[in-house]
Amino acid sequence: MITLDILLARFTTLDPGDLHRWIAQGFVRPEVTGGELRFEEIDVERVRLILDLRDVLEVDETALPVVLSLVDQVYALRRRLRQLEGGSRLGGE
Amino acid sequence: MFHPGDWDTGMAEDPYKVLGVPRDATPDAIKQAYRKLARQHHPDLNPGKPMAEARFKEASAAHDLLSDPEQRARFDRGEIDAAGQEQRPPSSYRRHAEAAQGARYGDAAHEDTFEDLFAEIFAARRAAEAAPRRGDDATYKLAVPFLSAVQGATERLTLPDGRVLDLKIPPGVVSGSVLRLRGKGEPGRNGGPDGDALIELEVGTHPELRREGMDLHKDLSVSLRDAVLGGAVLVSTPSGTVRVTLPPHTDTGHLIRLRGKGVAAHAGNPAGDLILSIRVVIGPPDAALEAFLRDWRPAPVEKPENAPEPGAKAAP
Repeated sequence: MITLDILLARFTTLDPGDLHRWIAQGFVRPEVTGGELRFEEIDVERVRLILDLRDVLEVDETALPVVLSLVDQVYALRRRLRQLEGGSRLGGE
Repeated sequence: MFHPGDWDTGMAEDPYKVLGVPRDATPDAIKQAYRKLARQHHPDLNPGKPMAEARFKEASAAHDLLSDPEQRARFDRGEIDAAGQEQRPPSSYRRHAEAAQGARYGDAAHEDTFEDLFAEIFAARRAAEAAPRRGDDATYKLAVPFLSAVQGATERLTLPDGRVLDLKIPPGVVSGSVLRLRGKGEPGRNGGPDGDALIELEVGTHPELRREGMDLHKDLSVSLRDAVLGGAVLVSTPSGTVRVTLPPHTDTGHLIRLRGKGVAAHAGNPAGDLILSIRVVIGPPDAALEAFLRDWRPAPVEKPENAPEPGAKAAP
């Protein structure tokens, strides 16, 4: 669990304004404790994914929600599949 | 399971070949080549395809090297090789997203919230079950015979699951003492250590012996003749039968201390004593004794109605 400052230090290409917008839009979902944002590892990696999508894959910010929604659906299905398989490994893992 | 290390050989490939660009490619061409590969192979967009992760890491490493003009120049001059590059931290959103915490970014429109909630709980439980865990401590009660608690003993304990434990009882234990047998509790899981067996002792009683700390008390019946004239009597003690010489005029209540015949010495504690409390018994009817007493006129004693003080010798 890390703070906003540490997160910004970790990603030099991350602009605080962008991050706030992503949080507002629900792309990144940190917890708020004591008025401070707290980022779990999954949130950190989520930020890394969004930066990759934007900066490397050149996904336009307007297309970002579409891509993230599809990604989320894939992982929801994979979690579900994993659950149905009783915790056994999915193919390829 | 896929291990990133399996693909390390790929990391040292010629970065130009990895990206599929000529050695004189422009920075822009390098970037475009990298983006094309990243779109194809980004591991978070290709869950379940380990090759994708390997390709992506390869492409990222190549891009990291060639996108930095100084590093690229050094590579071109042969000063560094492709493996000398710092590698991009492996992308691991996928690992989180596929685990229970991935539900944080679950797509609510496509997932039953309650099912997901349970899935999370079960996933967490599975994760907990997979982690090494110390076995639970198991608690047992064991009845210990009085003399075993005095002398120390090895008592055999049969557990409900059929296992048999030989338990060393040190001398001096009392009811409520708990012995801990390391590793004899519930088995550990997934390589965790086994729990301990905690054995609470319940010390029994003895028809003749009473315990006070490290000392034992016992009533010793002696005949009228031995009490008056003195003599040797055999006394059974926890550590065997001993011969005790009674002085003449040993009355009821007289105490005889047998050193070291109490609770056995243990762990720096010296052995206790066995304290004999004399009880004079008249014994079966005896015509000679009766005849003697009819004619006997003892000298008057003070306070004849009082029993002698405990421990006091018979009045002179």
